[in-house]
Amino acid sequence: MAHAYTPGLKVTERAMITKTRRLPILGEVLVEKGQAVSPDTIVARTNIPGNPQTVNVANILGVDPDDIADFMKKKEGDSVKKGELLAEYKSFFGLIRHHVESPIDGTIEMISTVTGQVTLREPPVPIEIDAYIEGVVEEILPREGVVVKTEGAFIQGIFGVGGEAQGVIRVAVEGPNDVLDADAVRPDDKGKILVGGSLVTAEAIKRAGQVGATGIVAGGIIDTELIEYLGFDIGVAITGHEDIPVTVIITEGFGRMRMADRTFNLLKKLDGFKASINGATQIRAGVMRPEIIVPGYEAESTDEGLDITAGLVPGTPIRIIREPYFGMLAEIVELPPELEVIESEAKVRILRARLEDGRVVTVPRANVEIIES
Amino acid sequence: MQEQKFELDREINSVLATDCGSTTTKAILIEKINGEYRLVVRGEAPTTVEAPFEDVTMGARNAIREIEELTGRRFLSDQGVITPRQPDGSGVDIYMSTSSAGGGLQMMVAGVVKTMTAESAARAALGAGAIVMDVISVDDGRKPHEKIQRIRQLRPDMILLSGGIDGGTITHVAEIGELIAAAEPKPRLGIGYKLPIIYAGNKDARKHITDILGEKTDLRIVDNLRPVLETEVLGPAREEIHNLFMEHVMAQAPGYNKLMQWTPVPIMPTPGAVGACMQTAAKEYDMSVIGVDIGGATTDVFSVFGEYFNRTVSANLGMSYSICNVLLEAGISNIMRWIPFSIDEGELRNRIRNKMIRPTTIPQTLEELIIEQSIAREALRLAFEHHKSLAVGLRGVHRQRTIGDTFEQTGSDETYIDMTELGMLIGSGGCLSHAPRRAQSAMMLIDAFQPESTTMLAVDSIFMMPQLGILSSIHPKAAMQVFDRDCLVKLGTAIAPVGPSGKAEFGAPCLEVTLTVNGQTFEESVPFGSMKVIPVPQDTTAEAVIHPTRQFDVGAGYGRELKTTVNGGVVGVIIDCRGRPIVLPEDVKTRNAKLVEWFLAMNMYPEESLKKYAEV
Repeated sequence: MAHAYTPGLKVTERAMITKTRRLPILGEVLVEKGQAVSPDTIVARTNIPGNPQTVNVANILGVDPDDIADFMKKKEGDSVKKGELLAEYKSFFGLIRHHVESPIDGTIEMISTVTGQVTLREPPVPIEIDAYIEGVVEEILPREGVVVKTEGAFIQGIFGVGGEAQGVIRVAVEGPNDVLDADAVRPDDKGKILVGGSLVTAEAIKRAGQVGATGIVAGGIIDTELIEYLGFDIGVAITGHEDIPVTVIITEGFGRMRMADRTFNLLKKLDGFKASINGATQIRAGVMRPEIIVPGYEAESTDEGLDITAGLVPGTPIRIIREPYFGMLAEIVELPPELEVIESEAKVRILRARLEDGRVVTVPRANVEIIES
Repeated sequence: MQEQKFELDREINSVLATDCGSTTTKAILIEKINGEYRLVVRGEAPTTVEAPFEDVTMGARNAIREIEELTGRRFLSDQGVITPRQPDGSGVDIYMSTSSAGGGLQMMVAGVVKTMTAESAARAALGAGAIVMDVISVDDGRKPHEKIQRIRQLRPDMILLSGGIDGGTITHVAEIGELIAAAEPKPRLGIGYKLPIIYAGNKDARKHITDILGEKTDLRIVDNLRPVLETEVLGPAREEIHNLFMEHVMAQAPGYNKLMQWTPVPIMPTPGAVGACMQTAAKEYDMSVIGVDIGGATTDVFSVFGEYFNRTVSANLGMSYSICNVLLEAGISNIMRWIPFSIDEGELRNRIRNKMIRPTTIPQTLEELIIEQSIAREALRLAFEHHKSLAVGLRGVHRQRTIGDTFEQTGSDETYIDMTELGMLIGSGGCLSHAPRRAQSAMMLIDAFQPESTTMLAVDSIFMMPQLGILSSIHPKAAMQVFDRDCLVKLGTAIAPVGPSGKAEFGAPCLEVTLTVNGQTFEESVPFGSMKVIPVPQDTTAEAVIHPTRQFDVGAGYGRELKTTVNGGVVGVIIDCRGRPIVLPEDVKTRNAKLVEWFLAMNMYPEESLKKYAEV
């Protein structure tokens, strides 16, 4: 296999970013190719068939299913209002009367003489897709959606919760090793995306929600505090659909973890800029990481981030992403080509790296990721 | 509709097979050497179903190119794999492939009664290699609108609808049909396509089902999978699932149309092929087999007992992507009970989460390895429990499936998995196949599955069961020769008595074993609560006389002697007298000391480190 290491997450001042905005079912595209869009521009729309409800008319009336047509007051395709009479059964000159009322506003879709069920459908539900980022419509996907393109700063996190949101970035701590706690959240943080250092506490997230902040970005989070915020435990790494007021993006991992300097410094430069963020994470084939996009940010340098296609070479700055050096930054010293036996007795491809304290350590190549210094 | 089957029309001396997995495409070259089929070489490359490549054949070509480089021969042309083998030595006699890329086959099943037709439908789908997203039935406890909502939320590749015996209920199966029609479900792939639905229920309801679903969906009708209460006929439904997998799922996955043209053998879903391999193995070895494949996201368990074959997928039990779900389902204390040193609970939780978000990392330290293997035990245990809950006989009736009934009737909810009957337990997947010491794989299998009596343990060394499974569908002999000689690493037989029948203390007499290997005799007396390994090499058999004390049963009855043949392996013959179920001391210190003792007996980890744990 070509690469045995985890490529670093993208942290760059300037990137071309494209986002596909697709409807769940076919519909109508509302914008044109080349059109400028803002995050809240509706780019496509469709109507999802309304919720169906079934009523077993035969059971309620106490008649055979194949007889229900005789007792129906409505036919297939008719509109009905909630409480309106659907079917009625009278006998003994009207002394015995059973009737069925519509449980919803909608239309009669099917009257089944096999089961005695009547299917009613609520009015269609309109679904709209917005552009999510500020940019230009790059491509039209007929009846499905669009591709929006923009240029700007782009930062990927390692894990997130919560969906798409927009806000103005405010770095709420002094340095990348600082904890973002409740005291760092200000009353005027409504609509802000707050940036912390090594950790965000559950109290800080709660407070951010209270003041109306839309997002939080920090190096780490404590496992149990995340569960506390969500109100449930995460089993599988598919996130983004949580019903929470504040989208949270973690850049390094679980536990207290100093945010990478490059990430923190870039976020500092982006302080005051409007960003689109998404906490959605999916760790599987087709990996999806949470993201922070600042369209239109004009980079001071032409640096587009380190080219990781060169792979690992002596001098490459790395982060170690597994015990016993988890979270430590280092620089590659040597890349022996032979497999070596490590403490766990596995024979693997390794590298030697110099930690910030000067120690040279041996680490499996699978346990490092390139960081841009 | 008949499944497109491939018939061999020529002698096969060389086979190239690929498995396009969700992350890696693996190719193997098999050739007939001195009259025997053997694995020659293997190659692998990243799968290329996702953007920016979006063409599965690129990954397949890269994996095959590795084989070209290693053999110095040519197998690829612009059109695909060169077949048959050419006079200049290029090409192979046949090429075939399995696939689980793009999320595999995802299905929903529905039936009238949860424990009858719906359960049969689930078995049909799982056996065909699908992930079952949900099982809907009239009596599943959900209100009609909740069922409709669920059907709408899920976007399966197809739905299998069953219900009613022939001549039985029409109303209830039509009711389920109406719910599906009301939900207007959409397929996962191909916006604008109609969702395929296979109807395998009461034949008298076919017209009604066609009226209800014929226009809205791509409806296929096959034989009822429960034509009478006492019989389950899963074949036709499974065949149609395979057909639709090819026609619908594969045809819409990027590059598969091209890949399908490379081979005359229909592409099989990877788990379906592994199941075929297990079934062929059980037949060839003439024994009951359980196989497990533990991956990053899911764990598949297969069992073949007599004519019964079952497969289950624990979709959210895995070692990376789903590792936090193992934590959630097993609970932290169940993971910690296998760790012989103290570790802070919060620290352990954070470590497990970090493995989830960086799934490609590997344990560097011994402690990390022990932690990972402890989690693996729990994932395997839970997956096996799930399997046992589905591997049950037909509920409430005499067991009878398509092939003659040879089983006694058991209670309706009782699994037919009988651990004392089990002949072979096969493990595969990263943590079992690539454990630094084979004894670790053996111990993970024993702790999770708790085999009883005598059971051969093995691991699939390089995970080629998918390729051998599809090969077994056209050439079982070739598949089995490679399976036995190149695929399986035999770890050795585990001897494990059931018991104690009453109260017994650790250290009480349990088992006396006499093994005769190549004229040499080993005599061992193993007390309750202890383990012992006798070194008997791979491909060597030993005559065993096993005598349990009266509180233990090794297969012949409590206190009764068993004479049998056991197999050696790279670990040896393992005598496990920890009881069934395995007894773990409640007290942490005592438990840790016992774990260290067992690990030492198995030579699982470096002795020095284990002794340090024991001192703490």
